[in-house]
Amino acid sequence: MQKHPIAGRLAALVLPASLLFTSSIAFAQVVVSDPWVRGTVGGMRATGAFMQITSKSDTRLVAAASPAARVVEVHEMAVVDNVMRMRAIEAIPVTAGKPVMLEPGGYHVMLIGLEKPLTPGQTVPITLTFEGPEGRRQQVQVKAEVRPLNAPAGHGGGARGAHPPHSK
Amino acid sequence: MVPHEHPSPARRRIAIGSGLALLLAGCGEAPRPTFHSIDVTGATFGQGFALTDFNGQPRTLADYKGKVVALFFGFTQCPDACPSAMSKLAGIARALGPDAARLQVVFITVDPERDTPALLKEYVPAFDPSFVGLHGTPQQVAEVAKAYKAFYGKVKGSTPESYTIDHSTFTYLYDTQGRLRLMARHEITAKDLEADIRALLRS
Repeated sequence: MQKHPIAGRLAALVLPASLLFTSSIAFAQVVVSDPWVRGTVGGMRATGAFMQITSKSDTRLVAAASPAARVVEVHEMAVVDNVMRMRAIEAIPVTAGKPVMLEPGGYHVMLIGLEKPLTPGQTVPITLTFEGPEGRRQQVQVKAEVRPLNAPAGHGGGARGAHPPHSK
Repeated sequence: MVPHEHPSPARRRIAIGSGLALLLAGCGEAPRPTFHSIDVTGATFGQGFALTDFNGQPRTLADYKGKVVALFFGFTQCPDACPSAMSKLAGIARALGPDAARLQVVFITVDPERDTPALLKEYVPAFDPSFVGLHGTPQQVAEVAKAYKAFYGKVKGSTPESYTIDHSTFTYLYDTQGRLRLMARHEITAKDLEADIRALLRS
């Protein structure tokens, strides 16, 4: 999933926004809402991005890239038996019509190797790659709002609509 | 009426008095406040630490006597669990108002290689200026974690710099006498944790 982070990053940089926009309209099946990134302070090299994903048809988030980070991974975090475990995962499955929350306590997009601190008020461009059951890929570009480092759990994501249960 | 069967009024007062004293002593000990966290009063682990704060000052638990201490093991590259726990404690510190002066939040890094004192000094006070971040050599940190029965372990990432760390997420709570009293689970609500901290501040 994180095989081509640099390629992904370049794509995000060189592809005109209009082209990305067009491609997402052409498929018009994945909608990403309320993307946000936890802000960092100097010296922090990693942080998490959170959002809500809905799709009209079954798909999977298989990759992510951002010019703000050298490596971007799709992660799942869980506290099991009072131990926090975080893992890079191959993909986040998105079932048609069922919103998937990337939020503290569950899935997130991990930005690793940050070039500089992310301060509230900035936005971070993130290119998300989705793959449908037939293998067709779709890229969606989002601009994630940077929220304070101390943004509490549950503050982000899901501003609209009810929180669906975690799809774990 | 046989005198020795009936205690004199003076003796009775003493008897009542000592009964009352017993009752009062009972009130002081028996009906312990019910906590939302796990009550570990009397635990033999987690008895203290000797590490260095982000200003280079050697620190032990005794430095914070007179305060309720909330101690958390974490690392700054933790995108989720650590900031959530620290934000919860920061919110409680705000809610405590003037009493927050008697609460000391201590963040011990389990990632001493990446979490330099300089980074801890930016990270920890970003939640609340009163919070302290502690650092040590990898061996010192390992010894402290062991003394707290706290688990942590590196998990390889896709690049050498992107390793992550599994770690236990308890917040250890000490009373103002420096005795370990409670362990709060990660899932505890801010409201319940605040109630436990307030109870320890009163005790």
